[in-house]
Amino acid sequence: MTVTTAAADAPEAPPRARGRRRQELAAHVFMTPWLVGLLAVTALPMLASLYLAFTDYNILSSPEFIGADNFVRLVDDDRFWASVRVTLTYVLVSVPLQLGFALLLALLLDKGMRGLAIYRSAYYLPSLLGTSVAVAVLWRQIFGHDGLVNQALALVGIEGSSWLQNPQTALGTLVVLNVWTFGSPMVIFLAGLRQIPHELYESARVDGASVLRQFAHITVPMLTPIIFFNLILQTIGAFQSFTQSHVVSGGTGGPVDSTLFYTLYVYQQGFVSFDMGYASALAWVLLVFIALITAVHFALSRYWVHYGD
Amino acid sequence: MSEQILDRTLEPVQRPATAPPPPATVGRRRRVRTAWLRHLGLIVFGLFMLYPLLWMTVSAFKPSNLVLSDPSLIPSELTLDNFRQGWTSANQPFWVFFGNSLVVAVSSIVGNLFSCSLTAYALARLEFRARKLYFAIVLVSVMLPMHVVVIPQYIVFSQLDLVNTFVPLILPKFLATDAFFIFLMVQFIRSIPRDLDQAAWLDGAGPFKTFWYVVLPLMRPALVTTAIFTFIWTWNDFFGQLIYLTESSVFTVPVALNSLVDSQSQSGIGMLLAMSVLTLLPILAFFVFAQKYLIQGISTTGLK
Repeated sequence: MTVTTAAADAPEAPPRARGRRRQELAAHVFMTPWLVGLLAVTALPMLASLYLAFTDYNILSSPEFIGADNFVRLVDDDRFWASVRVTLTYVLVSVPLQLGFALLLALLLDKGMRGLAIYRSAYYLPSLLGTSVAVAVLWRQIFGHDGLVNQALALVGIEGSSWLQNPQTALGTLVVLNVWTFGSPMVIFLAGLRQIPHELYESARVDGASVLRQFAHITVPMLTPIIFFNLILQTIGAFQSFTQSHVVSGGTGGPVDSTLFYTLYVYQQGFVSFDMGYASALAWVLLVFIALITAVHFALSRYWVHYGD
Repeated sequence: MSEQILDRTLEPVQRPATAPPPPATVGRRRRVRTAWLRHLGLIVFGLFMLYPLLWMTVSAFKPSNLVLSDPSLIPSELTLDNFRQGWTSANQPFWVFFGNSLVVAVSSIVGNLFSCSLTAYALARLEFRARKLYFAIVLVSVMLPMHVVVIPQYIVFSQLDLVNTFVPLILPKFLATDAFFIFLMVQFIRSIPRDLDQAAWLDGAGPFKTFWYVVLPLMRPALVTTAIFTFIWTWNDFFGQLIYLTESSVFTVPVALNSLVDSQSQSGIGMLLAMSVLTLLPILAFFVFAQKYLIQGISTTGLK
């Protein structure tokens, strides 16, 4: 639609208004791909899935409107609750650990030390690879019964358990995988640390503030916007993790649903059972939940994030 | 390049032999010692972190029975059997999957460069009424989980008979759905001095010429970063490819690898690891040769 309006670029417009009008038209021409994408790939599908969430639909027959039945069904669905529990545990444990490691290493690496670039690269590498199927395959092997972890434990005389077969420990292996990818928030922290004016530390040192006090009263407050940014990003990312859980559990989310990530459950319902109405309902619950979490994060940020005055 | 990295990695270790003994002041000596302790700790921790990757690489060259019994990095026996067997262990030889992944990745790069740069230029430089609203939508859509749109998208693509083609994976990229890159490019264009494109504008070049001849060449670093991250994300993407690709002739690397996992027993672990290593090589290449852009990219926008 925007293309046609651009073709009708009006040369008879008064000169002053013309610049603005021209920009208005040009902007819409430039943004045509995005606007089409927004409508066709994002907005309409969102509306469609909202409608589907209130239907019974298996792709073969046409959707049948069933009111809020899908949402009622959620309440009694044990696997839904299992996936919620697994995902929340995963996010609440792995994200703080991951950010903690990222911050700790960023602090150790700061201050123009020798070999900084090398260390940064080495720690960053796992973030690039961490979401691949190949690394999930590796993880399956590392924590398998005859895997690397148990081999290492055997060297010191401890008999390891079967980490992936044990519902108590299976999720832990995925948490470790996420913590392992602390490199990308670490790089962001490093960039943030470099933004803190050096004079602040100098004057604190002149005043005799200890390293710990400097950390608590300069580094942390100055870094809070970056911490906040990383927290939002990693939380949203963790809620949507899929590959690890799918590959490590062979697509089942087992043992006993102990690695059933929420997204894996959506996938199973939508694309294995082809229960697409129910899967849409699940997806919308995830969307609303992420939106709520993000809103809460932003609301709370007023109390602890310091933006420069 | 990799030699350079190796040299510099070894640097701290070599230093005690060559560096002169530190001056005898106690404070200085202690500082030197803590610096050494820190390096030591960082190196040990780094090795610990990278050990799984090193182990996977070495294991790919070990006979399968040794993979499961020998955790060391120095294999007693080397073999290429894992690669030979792995390459043909799926329904198609692996080059088919590499080729498919490459087609999807390169098309996605072209799509993202095209659509995101146009959108970003408009948002960063042109004045129009809906600009703030559009930019807000871009920011929000960065956070939107794809799972809420994937089901209706799938339904549409399957009705158009486009399942088991690459269209569902590529088309959205030409429609600027990777909002993160729009954000990255907007930030970058804003850092370009406005005088440059205003001069072109005053010389009578319209928005299109200004974009093409002035802004686009200047935003090369952002374009390179976008291209690299698009490649890595597409290469690693599993969810989308798993849903749309169900016939082995159109399998991409992650989907093929996943199908191997399901079909292999423990005795096939060697070739599974060998194929895993191969699939990581393109990403490692970018890691080695395009570091600068990767680090810049995440430092400025928080890409993964």
